[in-house]
Amino acid sequence: MRRFFLIATPYAWLLALFLVPFLIVLKISLSDTALAIPPYVPKLDWAEGIGAFLSQLDFENFAFLTEDDLYWKAYLSSLQIAVVSTVFTLIIGYPIAYGMARAPDEWRPTLMMLVILPFWTSFLIRVYAWMGILSQEGFLNQFLLWIGVIDTPLTILNTNTAVYIGIVYTYLPFMILPIYAALDRMDGSLIEAAEDLGCSRLTAFWLVTIPLSRNGIVAGSFLVFIPALGEFVIPSLLGGSGTLMIGKILWEEFFSNRDWPVASAVAVILLLILVIPIVLFQRNQQKQAEAEQ
Amino acid sequence: MMRLSWFNVISLTLGFAFLYIPMIILVIFSFNASKLVTVWAGFSTKWYGELIQNEAFLNAAWVTLKVAVFSSTLATILGTMAAYVLVRSGRFLGRTLFSGMIYAPLVMPEVITGLSLLLLFIGLGLDRGILTIVLAHTTFSMCYVSVVVSSRLATFDQSLEEAALDLGCSPAEAFRLVTLPIIAPAVISGWLLAFTLSLDDLVIASFTSGPSATTLPIKIYSAVRLGVSPEINALSTLMIAVVTIGVIAASLVSKRNLVRQRKEEQTAIRAE
Repeated sequence: MRRFFLIATPYAWLLALFLVPFLIVLKISLSDTALAIPPYVPKLDWAEGIGAFLSQLDFENFAFLTEDDLYWKAYLSSLQIAVVSTVFTLIIGYPIAYGMARAPDEWRPTLMMLVILPFWTSFLIRVYAWMGILSQEGFLNQFLLWIGVIDTPLTILNTNTAVYIGIVYTYLPFMILPIYAALDRMDGSLIEAAEDLGCSRLTAFWLVTIPLSRNGIVAGSFLVFIPALGEFVIPSLLGGSGTLMIGKILWEEFFSNRDWPVASAVAVILLLILVIPIVLFQRNQQKQAEAEQ
Repeated sequence: MMRLSWFNVISLTLGFAFLYIPMIILVIFSFNASKLVTVWAGFSTKWYGELIQNEAFLNAAWVTLKVAVFSSTLATILGTMAAYVLVRSGRFLGRTLFSGMIYAPLVMPEVITGLSLLLLFIGLGLDRGILTIVLAHTTFSMCYVSVVVSSRLATFDQSLEEAALDLGCSPAEAFRLVTLPIIAPAVISGWLLAFTLSLDDLVIASFTSGPSATTLPIKIYSAVRLGVSPEINALSTLMIAVVTIGVIAASLVSKRNLVRQRKEEQTAIRAE
């Protein structure tokens, strides 16, 4: 009885507030646009039976998504932005994690704290901080003009460059922590062995350190890529009108156009795209857990 | 232990500069006398004064705090139960679905979670307000809590619990007297995580809040969309200060515990 209660409470909560809402999204994405605009009241009439339900299904919204190139472009550009910023986060994060792993033992707790601190700080505020830096009269332009690299201020805010900077900045701790964890577990004598056997430091790094930190690299990359793909705050505050990202499109479709069926269809496709990286990520985590045992 | 090369030193310096300079600029310019956020015009605390008098912000802060306290407490209870089920309950009907529902919200884009919950609340005819935000926040943060707590439960020596049961504890007593004190650090960090996730959330709160309840991130977002403002800088500084003090305090406590634990281990070894 106690066991039943223990399992049933969180189970029922998640069914009611996670699975059912998602099924509603699926249902609305397949319902008729004409009837449904604007505020669609979901009809959950299961009594009609499966046959009636299936006959009502309508792929019009998905067809609409393929007709208008806006959506294709938004999916592609979200993918591109997520991939490119993941690569940049890796390039910037790896040396930091590597430096942390080689730092003296007594520094490490402090370095760890310095990486975790931004993670606890409000996401919105960290994105906002860049608005003052990247604007036309912002600090970056002031600095570059002062050292004489440029003559006229650069336009960075409200472009895709600003979105890349924002994603790299806010997700950097997610990249650093798993790589640091992998490097920290590594046996330092392996590098010495490689060097004794005639490897240069660079070759030893390339042939020993990188492969041994592979799991950390993979985990960190997924931890950046997955949330970056559906990101809303960064493209909406740092990006321009030309920045197409699917999270932003969904938001606008919902709040500005009030087209709920299309917003739901956009959500369903975003999720379908995310299924592959999520499954790969889970598999990587499982492999790592098994390797540790 | 290896020595730091010049490359390590440079990458650490540049990396931490990149992480911290934006926030430091934000803090410095919250004390700027000028309305223009990018031009320094002398030291002033007037934006803090204006912030305290801004009733809209204060109300939003109060709503946010209430939502965070309720949702993180509920999420901690539900998340700890879920962790217990995942680690201890063995097989039961629909276990795969259950663990899927625990892990899926962690990677679900916020826009989708928000949209789907809003459609549910409308379908149920619930008025959007504090209650709906609390329900939404509890749902996604309980998953974070259960991940944190289950990793602690998995490494925990189950024979301690069995010993308590053998010595005549009821299962509830064994949980309260043995298990709970051992997993307490994880439960507390789960609560803190749920609390900050709730304080921080803009997207899900925007979908699930109504005109009667505006949270601080929603307020900040709508102010920030119009551009940089010194009042927001002041507000951000206060939030950064609270987090910094909290994180430093937490790391000092854990460091002290570590030192004490090492000492105890050494005394134990000497006694043998």
